[in-house]
Amino acid sequence: MKDKRNQNCAPILDALQDMRKGRLVPFDVPGHKRGRGNPELTAFLGQQCIEVDVNSMKPLDNLAHPISIIREAERLMADAFGAEDAFLMVGGTTSSVQAMIMSVAKPGEKIIVPRNVHRSVMAAMVLCGAIPVYVNPECDERLGIALGMQLSSIQKAIAKHRDAKAIFVNNPTYYGICSNLKAIVDLAHKAGMKCIVDEAHGTHFYFNDNLPISAMAAGADMAAVSMHKSGGSLTQSSVLLVGKGMQAGYVRQIINLTQTTSASYLLLSSLDISRRNLALRGKASFDKVIRLAEYAREEINEIGNYYAYSSELKNGDSIFDFDRTKLSVYTLDIGLAGIEVYDKLRDEYNIQIEFGDLGNILAYISIGDREREIERLVGALAEIRRRFKKSKVGLMQQEYLEPIVAMTPQQAFYSNKKSLPLQKTEGFICSEFVMCYPPGIPILAPGERITKEILAYIQYAKEKGCNMTGPEDAKIENLNVII
Amino acid sequence: MEFWYSEKHTNDIKFSIRVERQLYSGKSEYQKIDVFESKEVGRFLVLDEFLMLTEKDEFIYHEMISHVAMAVHPHIKKVLVIGGGDGGVVRELIQYDSIEHIDLVEIDSKVIEVCMEFFPTITQSLQERRVKVYHKDGLRFVRGCQNEYDLIIVDSTDPFGPGEGLFTLEFYGNCYKALKEDGILVNQHESPFYTEDALACQKAHKKIYATFPICKIYQAHIPTYPSGHWLFGFASKKYHPLRDLQEERWNKQKIKCKYYTTTLHKGAFYLPAYVEELLKNVE
Repeated sequence: MKDKRNQNCAPILDALQDMRKGRLVPFDVPGHKRGRGNPELTAFLGQQCIEVDVNSMKPLDNLAHPISIIREAERLMADAFGAEDAFLMVGGTTSSVQAMIMSVAKPGEKIIVPRNVHRSVMAAMVLCGAIPVYVNPECDERLGIALGMQLSSIQKAIAKHRDAKAIFVNNPTYYGICSNLKAIVDLAHKAGMKCIVDEAHGTHFYFNDNLPISAMAAGADMAAVSMHKSGGSLTQSSVLLVGKGMQAGYVRQIINLTQTTSASYLLLSSLDISRRNLALRGKASFDKVIRLAEYAREEINEIGNYYAYSSELKNGDSIFDFDRTKLSVYTLDIGLAGIEVYDKLRDEYNIQIEFGDLGNILAYISIGDREREIERLVGALAEIRRRFKKSKVGLMQQEYLEPIVAMTPQQAFYSNKKSLPLQKTEGFICSEFVMCYPPGIPILAPGERITKEILAYIQYAKEKGCNMTGPEDAKIENLNVII
Repeated sequence: MEFWYSEKHTNDIKFSIRVERQLYSGKSEYQKIDVFESKEVGRFLVLDEFLMLTEKDEFIYHEMISHVAMAVHPHIKKVLVIGGGDGGVVRELIQYDSIEHIDLVEIDSKVIEVCMEFFPTITQSLQERRVKVYHKDGLRFVRGCQNEYDLIIVDSTDPFGPGEGLFTLEFYGNCYKALKEDGILVNQHESPFYTEDALACQKAHKKIYATFPICKIYQAHIPTYPSGHWLFGFASKKYHPLRDLQEERWNKQKIKCKYYTTTLHKGAFYLPAYVEELLKNVE
């Protein structure tokens, strides 16, 4: 086994601090020149911050072709996550997901994906021309959420599409549901396919033994990890991990196709510092996160009518494991949709949670949380029940609408189309995305046929105040369809 | 050499007390705790660099936060005090034989420990037989109570720091639930004078006003608090603080006060025009 690098190091941080001390005279971009050229921005962000908003230069390496400090930081990252290699990403986990897909599939090649994938996956398919083979995720009837991938469905998809290049797994889901990742990786490898994992919500899996298995530990070929979610780095920073089965050089080329050539050192240093923090203190930090989430769950379930779910949902397959740091709460039994509870928490109680869908809310618990904020959340939920509880009648359950794929996402996206009023689109092939965001699971993707059920669902979600995104017409009164 | 304790009442206003010596400095799980001794105001307690009480003027605050409700509600038997680890509120309350039980919920046990050592005459009240002390989060505590108390007194720190949860809609709502059908909530309501304090005061009023059918504000003059002009909230399900004031009944009890009188009680609810306006704007 190769020697592990010293996780106390933070090479990007050190280099930026040296640069600051060195009082280098800038005749390069950015033009604000350490903030002097934009005093209002400097006053807003602070001198400390703006001083390190600098461009690539010899002592600071270059993200496109890293050879010194960035490369060293990537190696430290790979070690910390138990990966063969790692890439620092500055275009969000969206960019990591897209790099994964483009690294495993060429135009016209198939990838097996669960329907409940992030929009970034569909976007990657539009970009590279890959063909999605959907695996229907099982849906929990009571909670109305999509679960993990069932092994039997994957086996069927493999048998039917032996030419597929990879299996894409979303693990954990937004709600904390985990699939049997190890078994899926084995199925993929036996069929000669890669297994790539959208692990946007699973950074913490790498740093605490009491959490579900991580993609790298399960032997996956690649994983997209949102360091900025549970890892604590700045928004838009992310990490792409690769395992033994990948050509790291090729992955780098793919990344460079779409990656900025002016990578932000604020983002890069935040990845470096967060990695060090997680490697050194992650275990204790996530022990605390688990404790806070478990406490909140107990207290919320004590209130009555709310259901904060956890490991008891495990069924050995589509809910193989549960991420106990996730605080997902089913709200329909108080007579309120998740989105209504979400709105009340923010508008009345000044508490912003991660999202609300039709039946659930998700409060994100992280390394930044303290007992006192948990008390506020629980106290507010108790009050919402006391003040607004009503009978459950009249609420529609969220349901999984099976897509009818009529053409590839890329063909559909670039076909000739016209805009039709929503109610007149039944039977047409949609050329754009429609999704309820968050969590960003497509109701329609380019190339899919529009049905009566889908139209009814869009109408209902709109009425419930869900944030609908995707279509060119932001109000979603019209949809683009293929002619 | 002179030593001065200085506190920023705003970013541009400083209030200073010349200090004879520092008696204590420490840090609890929740906050920094300091105790000083001075010639003019005697000993004083500072939490997170904000002055909480001085021996010289603490009676004003403690009498005003305690006796107003006691003179209105005719049969207060069970009381909940949130915060108030110095024991000042409880010292006032235990003068009433009619009170059967007092729960005090102070999140920071270190505050009680330090006050017991340096302000024993105030804090000893917590050892009285009718008093039960809990070291818990105030919001957490009231969440578990329903239809239980005749009076809740919120003796909190400012709404920036560990006391923040005690200035929230969820807290006031849970207090409403914890009170009996004729219960009263009294809270320290910040000062209306400096901009930032006034904003906190308005925000609190807006939330309490939305929660209780009767919601009135009264005032007192507390020299060592920012601007010296301090407000208290009187929120109630049934009793009106003036119409239901029972002067005769209260005076018969011969409670010893240096600041509070039933006459002052009436005057305390007559607010300056700008304060009335400030409150009206959020009603």
